[in-house]
Amino acid sequence: MAKWRRQAAPYLFISPFFIGYAIFFLYPVLWALYLSFFQQVGIGSEPKFIGLGNYLNLFEDETFLKALFNTSYYAVGSIFVIVPAALLLALVLFRRILPGREFFRLFFFSPNITAGVVVGIIFTLVFGAEYGLINNYLLKPLGIPAVRWLQDPAWIMPSIIIVGLWRYTGINALYFMAGLQTISMEVREAATIDGASRWQVFRFVTLPLLRPTLVFVLTFAIIGSYNLFAEPSILVGAQGGTNNAGLFMTMYLYLTGFRFLKFGYAASIGYALAVVILLLTLLQGRLLGIFRED
Amino acid sequence: MAAVTPGSIDRKAGQPMRWPGIETGLVYVLLVLSAILVGAPFVYMIAGSFKFNAEIFGIPLTILPRNPTLENYSRLLSGDEIPYLRQFANSAIIAVSQTALTLLVASMVGWGFAKFEFKGKRVLFIILLATLTFPFQVTLVPLFLMMVRIGWLDTYWAIIIPGAVSAFGAFFMRQSMLAVPSELVDAARIDGASDWGIFWRIGLPLSRGALSVLAVLVFLASWNDYLWPLIVLRSTEKFTYPVGLATLIGLYRVEYGMILAGAFIATLPIIAIFIAGRNQLLNNLTIGAIKG
Repeated sequence: MAKWRRQAAPYLFISPFFIGYAIFFLYPVLWALYLSFFQQVGIGSEPKFIGLGNYLNLFEDETFLKALFNTSYYAVGSIFVIVPAALLLALVLFRRILPGREFFRLFFFSPNITAGVVVGIIFTLVFGAEYGLINNYLLKPLGIPAVRWLQDPAWIMPSIIIVGLWRYTGINALYFMAGLQTISMEVREAATIDGASRWQVFRFVTLPLLRPTLVFVLTFAIIGSYNLFAEPSILVGAQGGTNNAGLFMTMYLYLTGFRFLKFGYAASIGYALAVVILLLTLLQGRLLGIFRED
Repeated sequence: MAAVTPGSIDRKAGQPMRWPGIETGLVYVLLVLSAILVGAPFVYMIAGSFKFNAEIFGIPLTILPRNPTLENYSRLLSGDEIPYLRQFANSAIIAVSQTALTLLVASMVGWGFAKFEFKGKRVLFIILLATLTFPFQVTLVPLFLMMVRIGWLDTYWAIIIPGAVSAFGAFFMRQSMLAVPSELVDAARIDGASDWGIFWRIGLPLSRGALSVLAVLVFLASWNDYLWPLIVLRSTEKFTYPVGLATLIGLYRVEYGMILAGAFIATLPIIAIFIAGRNQLLNNLTIGAIKG
C-alpha cells in the first residue's frame, strides 16, 4: 500500500493539469483537424466531408490571402522595427549610471499590461484624421498635411505597427536586459581594451552572446503578430477596415467561425496559421544560425 | 572593475567614453522624449474622460480639459447604456477565480515535474514544451462547439476552466520549484510527512515569489482578454468589461468621453497591481527568456 502510494504520488500531482490539457487542448486540437476536412455551416447542421477542400479554398480566398499578407506585414515590422528598437533601448538602459533608470524601465513596460481594447480606444484618438493627436500635434507644426491613418489603406498597417512599437518595445527591452545581464562584463571589456570599436564589440561580442535571447524574443514577436486581434478590431473595425487593409488572420478566423459560422473553414484557417507560425519559427532559427560563431 | 580608470572607461558598459557628459545628456534627452511619447496617449485618455464630447472632437485640440466634467462617469455608471459596473465585476470574478485555479493546477504539475521521478516524465514534459508555441486559435472553433454541447455557453465556467490549463504556468512553476532544496523534501519525508503535506508546507511556501509573479501574469492576461469572452459570452449582463466597452464603441462612437471613462476605470486595477508588484514582476518576468 505504502509503495503504491509512493508511485502514484507524482501522477496525482500532474493529473489535474493533464486531464484539463487533454479535454480543453488536445481534444480540441484533434477535433479541429477533423473539422477542417468538412464543410459545416451553423450549429447542428450536417457536416459534409470535402477532404482538403477547405485548404484548397484558402489559396483562392482573396480575403484570406489579404489577411495573411497583412499579418506578415506586421510580423516583418515587428521583427525589423520593434525588436531593434527594444534592443537599442535595452543597451541604453543597461548603462547603470543613468539617473532614473528604474523609472524608465517601468514606464516603457507599462503599455504592455494595458488591455488591447483600451489600447485600441486610446489610439483611435491618437490616429484620428481630423481630431487626432499625431496629425494635430506632430504633423501640423511641421507643416505636414494630415494623414488619414486609419482610413487610408496604405497607412493602416504602419499605424498598427506604431501601436505595436508603443506596446511591445518595453517588454522586449526587459528580455534583452535580462540577456545582457548573463554576458560577463570582462568579455566586453577585454574586447574594448584590445582596441575594438563600440560597433565591433556589439557586432562580434554582444550580439552573438545574446543569441538565445534574440531567438526567444523573435519567436514570441512572430507568434504575437499572428495573435493580434483586439487592437486592430477596435482601430479599424471587426471587418478589417478599408479594403480589408487592417484584417489580421485571427480576425478573419473569428469572422469566418463566429459571424458566418463556417466551422470547417475556420478550423482550416486555424491550421494554416499554425503551419505559418511553425515555418517562420524554423526559418528564424535557421537564419539566426549565422550568429553561431563558436 | 577596480583596474579600470574612471573617466577613461564607462565602468558598467565597458566602453571608451570620450565625451561622457555630452553623450549621457543626449541619451537622456532622447529617453525623456520617448517617455513623453509613451505617456502622452495615457494622459490623453485620462484627460479625455473628463471632457465633453464637443471638446474631444473640436479644434483646437486641448490636452487638459477646459471645463472638467464628471458627466461621462455618471452616465457610464448609471447603467443606462450598458451595465458597466456589473461587467467590471464579471471581469473581476473571472480573473480572480481563473488566477486561483491556475496557480493551484500549475504549482501541482510543476511540483510533480520538479521533485519526482516517474515513468513518462520526459515525454510529458516535451509535450508541455511543444504546447508553449502552439497557436491557441486552432482550438477556438472546437472549444466553442464543446461549450455549446456541455451548456457552458454564456457562463463564467467557459472562461475560467479552460483558462486554468496553462502550459506556460506549468512550465514556469516547474522552473521555479526545481530550486526548492531536495534535502528539505527528503528530510520531511523521513519525518513521515505526506506528499501532499510536503507540497503544501514546503513546496508552496518556498515558491512564494514565483507564485506571486504567475498570479500577476495570469490575472492581467485574464483581465485584459477580449477574444474568447467575445466568443462565449452572449448576454450584456455576463459580458466582461472589454466586451462591454467594444459594444459601447459600436453603439455610441460619438460618445467618446464615456468610452474613455470606461477605459480609465478598467485600467485602475492594473495600475494598482503594477505598482504593488513591480519589482517582483520586472525581476522574474524574464525567467524563461534567458534560458532561451
